[in-house]
Amino acid sequence: MSSSGIKTERLAGWNRPPVIESDGEGELLEVAMGPHHPSTHGVFRMDVVLDGERVIKLKPVFGYLHRNHEQLGQSQSYLANMPYTDRLDYFCSLTNNWAYALAVEKLAGQEVPERAEYLRVILAELTRVQNHASTIGFLLQEMGASGTPLMYAFREREKILDLFESLTGSRMMCNYMRFGGCRVDASPAWLDATRKVVDGLPAFIDEFERFLMTNEILIARCQGIGVLRPDLAVNAGISGPMLRASGVNYDIRKVDHYGIYDRFKFRVPLGDHGDIYDRYMVRMLEMRESISILKQALKELPTGPVMDPKAKIRNFRPKPGEVYGRIEAPKGELGFYLISDGSPNPYRYRIRPPSFINLTVLEDMCLGSNVADVVLIFGSVDIVLGEVDR
Amino acid sequence: MLGDGILKGLAETAKNFAGSFVSKERMTTVEYPEERLPLPEASRNFPFLVYDGDDWEKGLRCVACQICEKECPPKCIYIEKSKDKKPDYVGKPQIYPAKFDIDISVCMSCQICVEVCPFEAIKMNTEFELATDDRFGGLLLDRKELARSNEYYHQIHPTEASEVDARLAEEKSKVEAKARAAAQAAAAKAAATPTTAIPSTPLPGKPAANVDARPASTAKTAEDNKNAETRATNEGEPKA
Amino acid sequence: MKSVEEIKSAIEAAVPGATVSVVPNPAPTAQHSLLIGAERAIQIAEFLRDDGELALDFLSNVTGVDWLDKEISEKVKVTRQVPKSVDGVEQIVEETVEETRKRVELGYLEAVYHLYSVAKKHGPVVVRLRTANRTDQVELPSLTPIWRSAEFQEREIFDLFGIVFTGHPDLRRILMWDEFKDHPMRRDYVEPDDFEYEPTPHDEVLKRAQEHKAKVAAGEAIQ
Repeated sequence: MSSSGIKTERLAGWNRPPVIESDGEGELLEVAMGPHHPSTHGVFRMDVVLDGERVIKLKPVFGYLHRNHEQLGQSQSYLANMPYTDRLDYFCSLTNNWAYALAVEKLAGQEVPERAEYLRVILAELTRVQNHASTIGFLLQEMGASGTPLMYAFREREKILDLFESLTGSRMMCNYMRFGGCRVDASPAWLDATRKVVDGLPAFIDEFERFLMTNEILIARCQGIGVLRPDLAVNAGISGPMLRASGVNYDIRKVDHYGIYDRFKFRVPLGDHGDIYDRYMVRMLEMRESISILKQALKELPTGPVMDPKAKIRNFRPKPGEVYGRIEAPKGELGFYLISDGSPNPYRYRIRPPSFINLTVLEDMCLGSNVADVVLIFGSVDIVLGEVDR
Repeated sequence: MLGDGILKGLAETAKNFAGSFVSKERMTTVEYPEERLPLPEASRNFPFLVYDGDDWEKGLRCVACQICEKECPPKCIYIEKSKDKKPDYVGKPQIYPAKFDIDISVCMSCQICVEVCPFEAIKMNTEFELATDDRFGGLLLDRKELARSNEYYHQIHPTEASEVDARLAEEKSKVEAKARAAAQAAAAKAAATPTTAIPSTPLPGKPAANVDARPASTAKTAEDNKNAETRATNEGEPKA
Repeated sequence: MKSVEEIKSAIEAAVPGATVSVVPNPAPTAQHSLLIGAERAIQIAEFLRDDGELALDFLSNVTGVDWLDKEISEKVKVTRQVPKSVDGVEQIVEETVEETRKRVELGYLEAVYHLYSVAKKHGPVVVRLRTANRTDQVELPSLTPIWRSAEFQEREIFDLFGIVFTGHPDLRRILMWDEFKDHPMRRDYVEPDDFEYEPTPHDEVLKRAQEHKAKVAAGEAIQ
């Protein structure tokens, strides 16, 4: 049962969270989980009302990391906003850069040379691999595996971050994409190092899978927990691995045909049940698909410039208009909505954050389950507070 | 058998644990601060100002154009222009920054100041052990603390520094060639006209005072020399 | 996918009494938007979601935009009848004079919805809702009953811009704390005066830092 194009009789309020009654014995306990909490992926609070161990109501509360990024974006030039996009989803700074560069290039009608497009794909897929590995590592940390799978994931992540550092200058805040291409070219030495890392990745994923996939504790704690129905997922604007784990075939790389993704053959993994185990499996399989894209891109990388010679760095004033540009970031659909009025600063700079919107259904998934499961379900949504609060 | 998956996982952990005594790949911990990993060449932390030669005040490349100040996203650079001028690498007199402060508690190492600088004056340093306990002003670096020599630049970013040096040398030779050609043209003109009593034509780079100090130069040659100097300066300034 | 004009005609055919107009977008992306009136907004939204051809079941983004009041001064040619003496005789003569008239074009708050279709894999369709003005008439109907993804995003627009969404199940502040006053993303918002240490102030910050220092010297504010 996939997406919701099928007309159904929808009762009023079908997409609201169900109301759970307590069984009347004892008192209800109101707990604030967070913001100082080791498992809430940052400063995030959940006000849960508990009946014993069962969750009756859950309200997410955030805004502790609100840095008024959008208002800052409207008070400085387009180029000056680029380093700030690094700090949105601080695990995946290169995909944030790409989303912003894509939106501005669409607004200004700017072209990008081929080699730059290939480099963008390579860096975006490397980012996806390291993000999914960290997410699975953190999910297992919250399950109680005290950091061992996390450190395995981080071992690979360090190799990828070293690659980022030798190309862009910084491990996490890369600030690498520009409107019209990439900032610097990749040397042959860097490409060789990348090939070596990519060749070592399948072994790592195999080891990770051997470690985890048939682990009974993982299966018992993840299968059947936190189920998300596909029609509710589409209606609530969920995107990314969470949507695909519910069985909806919607990957923006395939739908929007942005960049040069049409040239690569890759599959889109889908889940059947929409529970935590499916989200974990979808992320594993997406890592494998990313490796296949990387291998293809590294083989076909053409020579040429990495920056359009007509692109302007300073005094960049796109003509008046507006644009909504989006990409498939590792966490979901990351979009930028820009309104330009001809001045060097954007008039309206809006970020469509995947983590913020994926949290809409947190209550639906957690109601009726135990507190321990709430932590796991929350970990499987894969949020980053920098993106939620901006 | 129930527990099979857990045993497989434990086997993996055991392999890694035992392997970490034997293979370098499995032992990934670096005992900082006794051991340090070498940083890759492109890595960047906070900016510094480049100076040529030995004297940091005389050789500072920065001409206080304030482009980096305008483009800096968090506005952490603060520049005050000087009142007098000093000659730059092609010899043309330029103003220099009397004050150049960078607040590195605000700087986000985005490198945009380096990208937009037209004079190759500000580059990224790789020092990161800059902790201090002075909350107000301890992280405000002024001109003297920011200045580093060109040799230091070669040490931390060798390929970049060689490229920059090659570019600057090329610009300098272009400027000199243009000036020489202009001077020759002026000399040829002067030799052609009968009413001249010029001494040797001035080389470019001599400050404007020289032109005024030269005695008995005809208006024409003075004008030609001024044109030569303006042409030289137009060539000498790298594209902003 | 249908073009914007076709969608407009489809909406007008399906929802009687709907006010729809096309707002063109001069950028190369040509993402033109539909401005719909607030009275029939929920019916229009339901039509857009449930229509067989459009099937816009995925609300991707809800944005708030603040457009300030504009003061427009126009030069208008006014023909008036003026008594004038022509050749010593008092007459009523028609005179054309150019006058500068100033008027205020009321600004408004706007909510922009970007709709995609997961079933048909097309989009985006951009829908705009505008309030009457920025001061007292700031209500708009909430589209949360139609698309759940508007829930948090409309809360954010209420928090940062001040548009009150009627029919929203849980309208309260989401990013700022609950006791906060005013709406920070509006263009005329002034931040409170809380400078602590400003070593490299520029432009507006410089001006406010100097004002703050003057206030501290006069004893009106604490450092």
